[in-house]
Amino acid sequence: MQETMEATQAMIDHLAAVNRILEKNHYSKDRLIPILQEVQEVYKYLSKDMISYVATSIGVPPSRVYGVATFYAHFSLQPKGKYIVRLCDGTACHVKKSHSILAALYKKLKLSDEKRTTDDLLFTIETVSCLGACGLAPVMVVNEAVHGQMTPEKVDEILDPILAAEKVAVNQ
Amino acid sequence: MNTAAVHAVDLEKVAADYKKAYESVKRRIIICGGTGCVANGSMQVRDALAKELENAGVDVALEISTDEEKVHGKSLTYISKSGCQGFCQMGPLLHIEPGDILYTKVKVSDVPEIVEKTLRNGEVIERLLYLDHKNNDHPCKGDAEIPFYNRQKRMILANCRIEPGCVREYIARGGYFGARKAILEMTPEQVCQTALDSGLRGHGGGGFPTGLKWKFTLASKNPKKYVVCNGDEGDPGAFMNRSVMEGNPHSVLEGMMIAARAIGADEGFVYVRAEYPLAVKRMNAAVKDAEAIGVLGEHLFGSDFNFKVTVMEGAGAFVCGEETALMASIEGKRGMPRPKPPFPAQSGLWGKPTVINNVETLASVALIFKMGPEAYKKVGTEKSPGTKTFALTGHVANTGLIEVPFGTTLREIVYNIGGGVTDNSGKITSDDFKAVQIGGPSGGCLTPEMLDLPLDFDSLKTVGAMIGSGGLVVMNKQTCIVKIARFFMQFTQNESCGKCVPCREGTRQMLALLDDIIEGRADRHTLELLEETARAVQIGSLCGLGKTAPNPVLSTLRYFREEYEAHVLGKTCPAGECKALARPEILADKCKGCTACLRKCPVGAITGKVKEVHVLDADKCIKCGACKAACKFGAIVGL
Repeated sequence: MQETMEATQAMIDHLAAVNRILEKNHYSKDRLIPILQEVQEVYKYLSKDMISYVATSIGVPPSRVYGVATFYAHFSLQPKGKYIVRLCDGTACHVKKSHSILAALYKKLKLSDEKRTTDDLLFTIETVSCLGACGLAPVMVVNEAVHGQMTPEKVDEILDPILAAEKVAVNQ
Repeated sequence: MNTAAVHAVDLEKVAADYKKAYESVKRRIIICGGTGCVANGSMQVRDALAKELENAGVDVALEISTDEEKVHGKSLTYISKSGCQGFCQMGPLLHIEPGDILYTKVKVSDVPEIVEKTLRNGEVIERLLYLDHKNNDHPCKGDAEIPFYNRQKRMILANCRIEPGCVREYIARGGYFGARKAILEMTPEQVCQTALDSGLRGHGGGGFPTGLKWKFTLASKNPKKYVVCNGDEGDPGAFMNRSVMEGNPHSVLEGMMIAARAIGADEGFVYVRAEYPLAVKRMNAAVKDAEAIGVLGEHLFGSDFNFKVTVMEGAGAFVCGEETALMASIEGKRGMPRPKPPFPAQSGLWGKPTVINNVETLASVALIFKMGPEAYKKVGTEKSPGTKTFALTGHVANTGLIEVPFGTTLREIVYNIGGGVTDNSGKITSDDFKAVQIGGPSGGCLTPEMLDLPLDFDSLKTVGAMIGSGGLVVMNKQTCIVKIARFFMQFTQNESCGKCVPCREGTRQMLALLDDIIEGRADRHTLELLEETARAVQIGSLCGLGKTAPNPVLSTLRYFREEYEAHVLGKTCPAGECKALARPEILADKCKGCTACLRKCPVGAITGKVKEVHVLDADKCIKCGACKAACKFGAIVGL
């Protein structure tokens, strides 16, 4: 009984954030994209449950919300890492050999085109088409931090402090 | 009810108050707060500067306060941030007034010296100045001396150094006066006519006369109409719109207001792509500031005209730059285009008449209503008046954001403003120009023969290219043009919404054919099929994405056919980029027989004895490049 109540309470808390988002957006169908963006901010991805819940709340079929969630590149239906590493592969960055940085990233984090998130859910690697900082090509963004004039060597410089900090946090 | 608008904002008073408060500013230091410079630590430089000056007992202001007490009789050093100043490669940029000094690549460690030498003693620190490589590395004190700047004509970007978070500064520089005139002194028809008179054409790629678009929308009878600002700048290599949104957001809002007056709208949306978080933030802040001061909201300037703006973020779909897809996105749907007609002028957002204008077009509108359409027409060419911003990137010495009058030649941009073409190591070379990609994935390439072509809407069409949004990527001779075409094809293929067969399947097949060419599987039929498919995609696609996706391929085929044929018939890549076609070999006259490469080769493709010339078996070679990396004598080529 206790377990069920705890699970239910967890679910209620879990959905409280989503309810706040829905209310803020007036449960409006038109605001589906901002709603999904904010939900993803909180949960880092959109689960099937969340999609159904949002759909029912705003009064559209879950398939419609699923259609929107899968159409836009920003929405992820898979859990993402704590640190999202976005490597720009826009024209200017591409011309300045962004793929060598991608190779360095894959090597360092033991990831590949097929496997983009580390097992410990720490890092996700994405390639984006243009971050608009072309004057600094090649460009890599880790969460909100922009790193310009990247080289494969700089990958270590940038990721090592994060790895170290996370290890400390885990050990504490 | 918006209480600020009950008393209509007095623009003259706001401007006068600001200027009066500004009298107490004895010195201003502007630190570039565009995405690029921020990435390079410009905000840390600002914080360090503020701290250092405060410790030195200097009266520092981080904003021009409206509070009389805070400014009256003071001698302030105002430290402000700006939007993108354009010279991205030289950032973080620090500009000092008076004196018009521009320091480049400023680090936090430079701050004490700047405070001591320049701010205290009035000395210029030469090592922080830009060196003009075309003039014996002459150190340039400021914009006036730097060719990158002095050869531009910055009109849209003229205010790139103002504080984007200060609406009063924008007003003090003449902002919102044009909008007020449009609302209080002109009829919607007159506003449309002014736009027509200026000759302004859309800066998003279409080049359609803005005044005409407005006129059509005005003609639609409907009490509810919308103005949409298209800030979904998705072209890889383009960041013009980002810079305007980050650096001068009020110019965009003012343009929207004028457009709204022209068509009879009372509501607007700014659609900014999610990949531009700083632009989203600054536009949102600008909307808030504009509402607070009374230039957005109800009964603007005491009239019956109302206008409210909402900022919407995109969610990562390039196709949403297409106007019907963009509107679908604002409506909360998948961003899939629909056929036109009906055009947005008749049926747009939620079926209401809608005008969609590009960020830069709207910023130009604000400019036109400030300087007057006649003055605007004096700049540029007859059919393409005014200026255009370009994002100059790639293998060029000075990469960044530039603005020139329409009609400026490519040569002027690449060699005089851009400082010349660079090789892969970044060194300026005199004979390395291969091509310039203009117009992004919808565009074409311009070759050395076109260096003296004036860049405007119509002249580029004759060579199969287009201005597009203004992305200019310079490519040197070490760049494989087939790979560039493939790069753009992959991009458009990836971004295709999937609705229509010619685009969805056509781009996929074109990509596969390009891969065949690059990986050595092609023959003469491949090229024929590629061209045929390209034309089918052009004709059959529903929207602009599909229609223009084949452009890079068709353009490169037109001007670099020999390069394609080298890949297809000669099975070789002249630029040496396509690994599958690489023919590595060891140069006998350079090889010292040290066996370094031999030992590194994972497949045993190299044979030879110590002190004897080694031999590379191209058939065994997997082109991993380990040998080349190991060779200290540069004896391995073709990889």
